Parts: sequence; C-alpha cells; structure tokens
Amino acid sequence: MGKPFSHSFIVEGRNFVQAGTASTKIKTMLKELGIDGGVVRRVAIATYEAEMNIVMYANSGTVVLEVTPEVVRLNVNDRGPGISDIDLAMQEGYSTATPEMREMGFGAGMGLPNIKKNADDLRIKSTVGEGTNLEITFRIN
Amino acid sequence: MATAPEEFRSIRIDKEQCAGRMACMRVCPTEAIRVRDRRAFLLPDKCIDCGECVRVCPNHAIVPQTSSFRDFSRFKYTIALPSPVFYSQFGRGVLPASILKALKKVGFDDSYDVACASESVSIAIQEFLDSNDSPRPLISPFCPTIVRLVQIRYPNLLDHLIPIESPMEIAAREAKHVKMRELGLKEHEIGVIYLTPCPAKTIAIRYPPRKKHSFLDGAIAISEIYPTVVQALSQIGGLNGNSSIRGLGLGWPMVGGQVSSLKAEECLAIAGLADVIRILEDIENGKLKDIQYIECNSCPTACVGGSLTVENPYIARGRVLRMIEQFGSKPCQDLEKIRRLYRRKFFSLPGKIPAHPVQPLDQDVSMAIQKLQGKHDLYEKLPKIDCGACGSPTCLTFAEDVVKGSAALEDCVFLAMRKFASMSSSLLETVESHSRKVPYQTDFEKS
Repeated sequence: MGKPFSHSFIVEGRNFVQAGTASTKIKTMLKELGIDGGVVRRVAIATYEAEMNIVMYANSGTVVLEVTPEVVRLNVNDRGPGISDIDLAMQEGYSTATPEMREMGFGAGMGLPNIKKNADDLRIKSTVGEGTNLEITFRIN
Repeated sequence: MATAPEEFRSIRIDKEQCAGRMACMRVCPTEAIRVRDRRAFLLPDKCIDCGECVRVCPNHAIVPQTSSFRDFSRFKYTIALPSPVFYSQFGRGVLPASILKALKKVGFDDSYDVACASESVSIAIQEFLDSNDSPRPLISPFCPTIVRLVQIRYPNLLDHLIPIESPMEIAAREAKHVKMRELGLKEHEIGVIYLTPCPAKTIAIRYPPRKKHSFLDGAIAISEIYPTVVQALSQIGGLNGNSSIRGLGLGWPMVGGQVSSLKAEECLAIAGLADVIRILEDIENGKLKDIQYIECNSCPTACVGGSLTVENPYIARGRVLRMIEQFGSKPCQDLEKIRRLYRRKFFSLPGKIPAHPVQPLDQDVSMAIQKLQGKHDLYEKLPKIDCGACGSPTCLTFAEDVVKGSAALEDCVFLAMRKFASMSSSLLETVESHSRKVPYQTDFEKS
C-alpha cells in the first residue's frame, strides 16, 4: 500500500475574500484522482462549511486533506473561541453568529449538522478559548 | 444522443500558420493548449469551445470550424437563420426586417427570425420554473460553452441544466416545417443555416447534447458573411420604417436578456467564464438554493461579444437596447398559445446530457494518488511565476504534464539553468582540484 496523498491549506479568519478557495482546490484534486462525483460533492459541501466556520469564528486555521484508495479525510484545526457545548452546536438552527454574519446569509445554524449529514464520520474536539478540531471522513465506493 | 467525438472541437489549430507564440496558451481558461517544438496543440478533452484563442492568435492560426456558403449547395432550398446578434452589427437605423431581406439578396432562398423564438423560450422557462421542482438553481443551457464546462468540470450539476430547447432549434424546426408544407419539399432538401457569433454553436449543431440531430444543418460565421450583407444592404437602400420583428427576444444576445422577462429577484445573469466558474463552484458547494434560474454566458458581454462578431460589443449592446426600446414592448407571441405548446411538450428535451469528466491522472486510484503527490511535490520546486516558456500555461500544469509523461523536467528553463549551474560548478571544481594536484612549477623551481 502506497502513501496517502496529503496536502494542507491555510485558512485565514475573517477573510471573506479568500473564503472558499480551499474547498475549490480540494474539489479539483479529488476530480484529478477520479473520485466518484457523489463523494466529491459531499466533500465539497462539508469542506466549504468547515472552511466558513474558520473564516467566521476563528483567528486562523488549517485544513489538511488526506486521500487513500479507501477514504477521503479532512483534518480541520482552528485557533479560535472553541465550542462550549458540542451537542448544542450539532443541533440544526443553533448558531452563535452575529447579526452581521446573518445579514451576509451565514449563521443559519446548519454548518456542523450539514458536515455531519454529508460525512461518513465526524469527530469533534474543542477547547474553549483555544480552538476546535474536526476530523471528517468520507468512504470512497 | 449525439456524442461529439472527443477530438472534434469547434476550433482547429493550423500547424502551418502557427508560429508557437503562445498567446492562445496563455488565454485559454481551461489550460487546454500546449506548445511543443514551437507549435501549439489542443488537448481536446479539456477544451470548452469558448473561442478565446481565436481572438488572440497573432498569426490567425486558430480556425473556427464553421462552414462556408458553398458547403450548402447540396440543398434544394436554403434558409438563413441569423442569431439575433446579427441585428446589432450594422449602423444605426438598419432594421432587422431589412437585414433579413438583405440575406435573401446574398444567395439564401429565405431568411427567418430567431428573436421571436427566444421570446417563446423565455415563456417556456417561466412555465418550467413554476411547474417543476428539480434541483435549484437551474442553469441556462443555451451557451454551448457553459454546457461543455459543466460536462467536463461539474458533472454533478448536469441535472441543473434546464431541459428546454434553444431558440435557434425552435426557429429552425418552424422554418423547415413551414417551407416543407409551402413548397412540398422533404426535410433533407431544406438547409437551415445559422449565422453564428461564436464557434461554439457549431458543436451544438453537429453534436446537440440532448438529442440525435439538430434541426440546423450548419453555421456560417457572422464575420464571414458580414461584408456581402453590408453590400446588399446598400443596394436595398432606404431604411424600412417599421419592423415585424419585435418583442423581448431581441434582448437575448446581451447579458440579462434571458432573464429580463422572468421574476427578477429569483434570477441571476452571469457573464464571463471566471464569474461563471465562481457561481458553479458555489452551486457545487450547496449554496444559492434560493435562486431559481441562472443565465450563464461564456463571453463577458454575452453573445454580442462572441469571437466571430464584427462590431464592438458595447456598441452592439447599445443597438440592442435601442431596438428593445423601439420594438420590445410589443410581444410577438401569444402567451396562452405558448403555454399550451409548453404543456404539449413542444419545448422539452427529454434526453440526458452525458458527463465528460476530465481524465484522472491515472485510472488506478493508488497510482493517481502517487501522481498527484508527485505533481504537488514538483510544483514546490518550480519558480511559480507561470512564465509559460516550457510550453505549459502554468507551473502547476507543467508539473502535471511531467507526471503524466508529456513534458520533461528540462523543459523548465529555471530547472535547466539550475542543473547547468550545478554541472558547470562541479566541472569547475573538478578542474580546480585537478590543477591543484599538479602544481605549476616555474623553470627556476625545476632547476
């Protein structure tokens, strides 16, 4: 078994201009690997939500993509406020977004639930005041 | 389904004319052109027929695959179907009706307006939006370049392309059927020829994505037929005071033309490939679900700015606006009649559009993973200035070409220079160390 493909992306907090570039590049890479379109779309939606969470709430973060012939894995790390109640954050409609973010069409409280819906596995670790780590896994086939 | 053979695209590079000056390679939005041994060549699986290369080639070596008038001599009867763009290519006051008349003077047996069909298609789009709950937003399929872009880069979004027949097809079908009845001719005896603002329409005519055959028999470039029509117009003389050609369909060739009759707050009109790509990315990321319909145009000024037009696109747009002001308010179609036709599936296209996803780096996933890693590892060693001297448009595509085996590391002038420098420094070292071993002795020392 060969080594997995791995590539990391830096995501800047509060930079709405750059927002979405990591998900776009990740999509391109998966298409180059010939990954099934349905999987690409699920990864795209989840990556975009995760990326937007960094942009909206954190100071900075990284998205690490890892692909093996069996799985696509995203490791999303941010330095930011953290999530105090993960169960609550996983509920659809719950959001701590500011009115400005809502004005821009974000903060519908669908971010984490949407990631979970599109992924085959989602693990969340978070420390309040430090940051959040998401490990999102998608099975290929 | 008429599937285009992958090697057939709407342009061809003339090897004799090409001087390898790379203008086409640099402008190609999908990185579908490479230059090797001072000759450009096309990667047809990446080409989306946008025609940008046609505009920039300093040697006119990019040949659009349109037809010439003489190619239609096999037909007993010929009908010219000018794109509504054609109406905007002539001076002020030249009315669509005079232009249609002039076309009969230059050798066509008849000419037929498309703008009216555009108006009916707008009505059909609204009917579809009101009665169908397929995934939103729906995307307009009338620019063949956009369809092709979705086929190769966004196959996930093929279901978003609205399955409605294009105005040129509706008009061609109508024109053919009217003449068959009138003259007792068979369908294959009548040639319907589109006067096209871009090369992409040739693909939509030769290989329509949702059906076997187009109702059109070919396309002539507006730029090719223009001079003879100008001449004919001067002979006709006197400008016709009123026009039977009217309605909002006249606005279709400019940005926003398709959506002008739809409910505005639920529709977008996008022009220019960079912005279209951004929108398609957003849709693929699950955004814009509250938008009903998106008009997508490959050219930044939509069809009036097609690569085979003659007039400045902004002047042409001004003329379209003026025509709408004069003739746009009077519809040319009966709304109820079109709605009835819609219900009888007059506008629907049942076929599915096939996906043509870009070839992966390797058919085997493990190999593809290795190659993708190799591509990005190599990219890190490249200068990242996208100079193009290697014959690939960017450093990243060069890295891809190397892992695919279609380019060599030494093609990069920077890598070659570095290699040369290290070779010459080791040569220098060898020479120096060798000469130290045999110190030069003066005659005095020897004695």
